[in-house]
Amino acid sequence: MTKEEIIVKLTTIVKPYVQNEEGFKNMNEETDFIKDLEINSANLVDIILDVEDEFKIEIDNDSMEQMLSVKATVAIIQEKMNA
Amino acid sequence: MKSVLKNNIRVVITGLGVVAPNGVGLQEFTKAIKAGTSGITFHQHLKDKGFSCCIGGIPSISEEKKLEYLSPLQLRGFNSTSILYGCMAAIDAWKDAGFIVDENSNLDYDSGLIFGTGTSGIEKFRESIYKIDDQKVRRLGSTSVVQTMASGISAYLGGILGFGNQVTTNSSACTTGTEALLLGFERIKYGNAKRMLVGSSSDSSLYTWGGFDAMRVMSYKHNESPEKGSRPMSATAAGFVPGSGAGALVLESLESALERKATIYAEVLGGNVNSGGQRNGGTLTAPNAEAVQKCITDALIDANISADKIDAINGHLTATSKDGLEIENWTKALQRKGSDFPLINSLKSQVGHCLAASGAIESVASVLQVKHQFVFPNINCEDVHPKILDLITKDKIPQKILEKKINFLAKASFGFGDVNACVIFKKYSKV
Repeated sequence: MTKEEIIVKLTTIVKPYVQNEEGFKNMNEETDFIKDLEINSANLVDIILDVEDEFKIEIDNDSMEQMLSVKATVAIIQEKMNA
Repeated sequence: MKSVLKNNIRVVITGLGVVAPNGVGLQEFTKAIKAGTSGITFHQHLKDKGFSCCIGGIPSISEEKKLEYLSPLQLRGFNSTSILYGCMAAIDAWKDAGFIVDENSNLDYDSGLIFGTGTSGIEKFRESIYKIDDQKVRRLGSTSVVQTMASGISAYLGGILGFGNQVTTNSSACTTGTEALLLGFERIKYGNAKRMLVGSSSDSSLYTWGGFDAMRVMSYKHNESPEKGSRPMSATAAGFVPGSGAGALVLESLESALERKATIYAEVLGGNVNSGGQRNGGTLTAPNAEAVQKCITDALIDANISADKIDAINGHLTATSKDGLEIENWTKALQRKGSDFPLINSLKSQVGHCLAASGAIESVASVLQVKHQFVFPNINCEDVHPKILDLITKDKIPQKILEKKINFLAKASFGFGDVNACVIFKKYSKV
């Protein structure tokens, strides 16, 4: 799966949790979930569960801690999918 | 000893909200209680699980309706009817009092809430337990804690409404809602808040109801005729019928209400909360009659009125074998019997026993009676229990709606744990 394809799917996943619509409109690889999208930090675990379901992967605790931006999340998804 | 507050803060009710088995929203509910509409229906899922009592009261709420109160994000992984009902009733009450609900509103330090429940989100609890037992604890996500903590309902509401005063949850079984009302009343009376949103809610769940079915206190005789099942004060009462929902009331200092030119439904004149201590005949599940009577008389003392002033009673009256004892307690506490007894009714005949939510839903019904000057009909007690007829005359138990001048109404709730609460409502007048 290409990076672009992953970002499209990720956009759908984060949509319900977004509190800053402006940040969401401009969502790109550099977007930070908390700073730019104002996602409630408690919801990050929900996003990770949705990512696991969508990409049929399992994300360990260490990887979870890094998944704060689109870029880091895409990298972890790719890594787990190729593992 | 009763402590008497030496201030003249008066507390009035300026908003109401309700989610009941026979009506969702104030308008529907008012129409239903006036007509004596039963909200009790047959539930196949109770039968499938082997319940003896397969009927119950469940409010009917569409998916679209939920979205009027909770955001799509709040509804993700949402599985708690008690929180849903509580949010709906409380938001309705707050709007009814003339406030707007806006997530960007200024923090309001003058407004607080006490919203009770028995257990919170029992279906969510079940879901979480299954995941944990299946070694999937991480699959709980972020939604389990806030929906299963007892104070989930007050936590949801505190954020939705932006309250900065006390935000908490109380729990005292079937007394919960009436106790919440009196706790909020006291807080305003003490000058610690201008407004307190009070109420209680209870899940529509076989996991809430199952234990009562096992105790054989629910009726199993009306599975074929659900609307006839809930029969408070009837000779053929055969146990209570479980219900669910939520009720909410906005309590406010009279000063604040007048300042805002708010609609005033009624005044909370006073009340009392006590416990029978599971002594003198009281047990974990049965009331100490002496304490019940003392709760009522102390409520009258707190309200500073004499027993002969009471025009109507909204009883606890669940349709178990204890209804006769409750009437006896009222007659002794008020020193009034026969044709001298006030009018009395039980909302449970229409909606079943809404457990932790009962006190709040029934208080809403009581306040509506005071505001609109009527007594709603008792249904299913055309055959009043002979023991009750030894105490009071049949015309005191209206079977049809009565248009009636009501200045003072007493509402009581009693709960497991031998706990009691009684509140006195008064028709509002300036002096």
